[in-house]
Amino acid sequence: MLAACADPKGIEGLTWLTCYLTSGKHLDFYWSFGTVLLLLLVTAPSALLMGFGGAMAARSQIAPLRWIGKGYTAMVRGVPDIVYFLFFVIALDQGIEYVKNLMVCPAGSAWPWQGLEFRVCQEAKVPLASASQFAYQAYGFFLAVITFAIVFGAFVANVIYGAMQAVPRAQLETGEAYGMSHRQVFRRILVPQMWVYALPGLSNLWMILIKATPLLFLLGVKDIVYYARELGGTKTQAYDFPHADWRLYYFLGLLVFYLLMTRGSEILLGRVAAKLSKGQATAAGEAMRKAAI
Amino acid sequence: MKKLLLATAVLAMTAGLAAAQDKVVRLGTEGAYPPFNFIDDKGEVAGFEREFGDEICKRAALTCEWTTNEWDSIIPNLQSGNYDVIIAGMSITDEREEVIDFTQNYYPPAASAYVAASADADLKGNVSAQVSTIQAAYVAESGATLVEYPTPDETIAAVRNGEVQAVFADKDYLRPFVDESAGALMFVGEDISIGGGVGLGLRSSDTELKDKLNAAITAMKEDGSLNVLIEKYFGAEGLKF
Amino acid sequence: MNSCLQTIQDYGLRSIGIGENLLPKTDFTLCQQFTLIGSGLIWNVYFGALALVAGFFLANAIALAKTARNPWIRKPAEWFVFVFRGSPLFIQFFLAYELLVLLPRSGIEVLGITVQTSWLTKAWAGALIVLFLNTAAYSAEIFHGALRSIPKGDLEAADAYGISGWQKFRRIQWPTMLRLAWPSYTNEAIFLLQSTTLVFFSGFPAFRQQGDALYYANYFADKTFNPFIPYPIVAFYFILVTLVVIYGFGAVNRRLNRHLPQNMRAKIRLRPQVIR
Repeated sequence: MLAACADPKGIEGLTWLTCYLTSGKHLDFYWSFGTVLLLLLVTAPSALLMGFGGAMAARSQIAPLRWIGKGYTAMVRGVPDIVYFLFFVIALDQGIEYVKNLMVCPAGSAWPWQGLEFRVCQEAKVPLASASQFAYQAYGFFLAVITFAIVFGAFVANVIYGAMQAVPRAQLETGEAYGMSHRQVFRRILVPQMWVYALPGLSNLWMILIKATPLLFLLGVKDIVYYARELGGTKTQAYDFPHADWRLYYFLGLLVFYLLMTRGSEILLGRVAAKLSKGQATAAGEAMRKAAI
Repeated sequence: MKKLLLATAVLAMTAGLAAAQDKVVRLGTEGAYPPFNFIDDKGEVAGFEREFGDEICKRAALTCEWTTNEWDSIIPNLQSGNYDVIIAGMSITDEREEVIDFTQNYYPPAASAYVAASADADLKGNVSAQVSTIQAAYVAESGATLVEYPTPDETIAAVRNGEVQAVFADKDYLRPFVDESAGALMFVGEDISIGGGVGLGLRSSDTELKDKLNAAITAMKEDGSLNVLIEKYFGAEGLKF
Repeated sequence: MNSCLQTIQDYGLRSIGIGENLLPKTDFTLCQQFTLIGSGLIWNVYFGALALVAGFFLANAIALAKTARNPWIRKPAEWFVFVFRGSPLFIQFFLAYELLVLLPRSGIEVLGITVQTSWLTKAWAGALIVLFLNTAAYSAEIFHGALRSIPKGDLEAADAYGISGWQKFRRIQWPTMLRLAWPSYTNEAIFLLQSTTLVFFSGFPAFRQQGDALYYANYFADKTFNPFIPYPIVAFYFILVTLVVIYGFGAVNRRLNRHLPQNMRAKIRLRPQVIR
């Protein structure tokens, strides 16, 4: 905090604004943009992994595994993602503590679900009650990542499953003709070739993921929407910096942030698509080949 | 021999200390309901309940941690064990008492009031209230058109922009807004007393903790320090014990 | 069972203001939850269907505007699509509400006539407008893509037959565009329906406790303090509605593709192309 800001009610004009915008809560607000970006960076690969697993399961020869895979990919069809967000976190939290309860609680502990209460012994709490505030926030963030990864993993699974089906059969047969085993064909041909078909769908998902982050506050993470609401609301004299209802401006700020994010991603993904299409037996690849001649 | 005794004594003491440290009680609040609780400009929980909660924890010899949670899901998260105490200006009601336990009240059954932009506002017209509060339930039954908003702040904004004729909420929450509105907002109609006062919410199974907190609240009521706190945050109009 | 029929009678149309005035307060039964949440679904279908139908026309216009040579037509269309596709619907709802309440209460004077504005802040109108613009932007992008992938041969054939201008658009380009776009458009319809759950979640308040499926699910989760029953009920209802949508759009798709040989017909594959 700046020295000039020691007495917030005695200053005005530009100094007031500077002090206002550098208050502790505003710094938290700026950090929350980092939280959102971090969430995106962590969730994207995790969802990719989940989706890849889901698609592989859906293609599996083993029936039960295939059912699980198909069920998982079907999960997001039709049900709004917000519905998952509303109860996944509590369900996950209880699930994790239940598993830990089996491992660490003394034998003979009571069944954790007692009516509406969920109770495990002190040692099975995640994080432990004595853990720092940071540990709690990290855990909340971790749960949010898992929730996002599960929901978006199902979307990804759909895309990857489709992309795997789209790889020309002839390419796989060529691999087999060279004497490659099933696994070799999968690893050396199917997976590398599938990306170009998956990319348009995955780019779309990335955009969707960006646009789903305002729902983070539902998962108990203090994200940019939480702070925009909190900071923008009318502030009485109980606060250091009283002001009228400014939520509109804060939300306009968020709008700009999201537009910049999606625009930037669009440009970047366009470049990746061009790179991947090079030399591929697709319309885009063909167009590039012709242009080069 | 003496040495050994000393060693065990030290050991016992540190063990006792460790045990005390293990017992961290987590307090869950909303952080958007001044002057009861709000997030101050430093980003910390502040307000009447912050100071009250810290004092209670000191008296009951508990180590307390603060955490915030959306009002909507504040009870399910208590039951899920994400915190141990709800300290969020929560009125004691029968409905809530069915699922959680309350300590004795630490703020008397307070008046709820209507605030409107004009003195002749129609209290049977559109009236805003925060979703899932006792005030919302009251408005729904009063025959007025209930307009629900997720945060208390929005309920007042709705009066300002004319979306509703009046807002119905805790009078203590509304008072600063009326005082600072330079006449744009005013109390209308009569105050209505609903709920059994504000208490700390606990899981029904936490009887030991409940006893400790109750004892601390009683002590604060008896020595008058609770009234001093109320005076500090709610002014002369705040209800005393 | 009888009491359940009574519940359906009392609460089946609660979301549009018919039936019991007050919501159940204690002793919540599964029947009540199913009935009220189902009643809320009326709003989801209302928002979804109207926005989709109205959005369809605007989307066509914008898709065409995006292909225009004149930058005065093309640029606004591109910006419209960019803003609505580039930002979260959640934020759009919130901003729309905040802007709509700024309109003067007494109405706006236009050419001596006072135009009422207060109805715009109600969810049935305000949220519908946002959803309408939003789906128009997404569908426009789909239609635009389809317009650009019309086989060159089709257009050359039209020229050879001397079909041009409006005739060419109406008889060749537009039907082909629709046929190519339809699978993606089906997805858009489904995801639009899903996003209607956001209406009462951000910005728009519920009047008289009349809300959508998610609103009632929230109510029950809040009153019973148990989120594990009402939300799965919402999910169940949405799966049903989605199946209906897929069936209906599938029938249209078959009609659009009826002139093509079996193996060339576009199949509707549900893919998360365009959710928000």
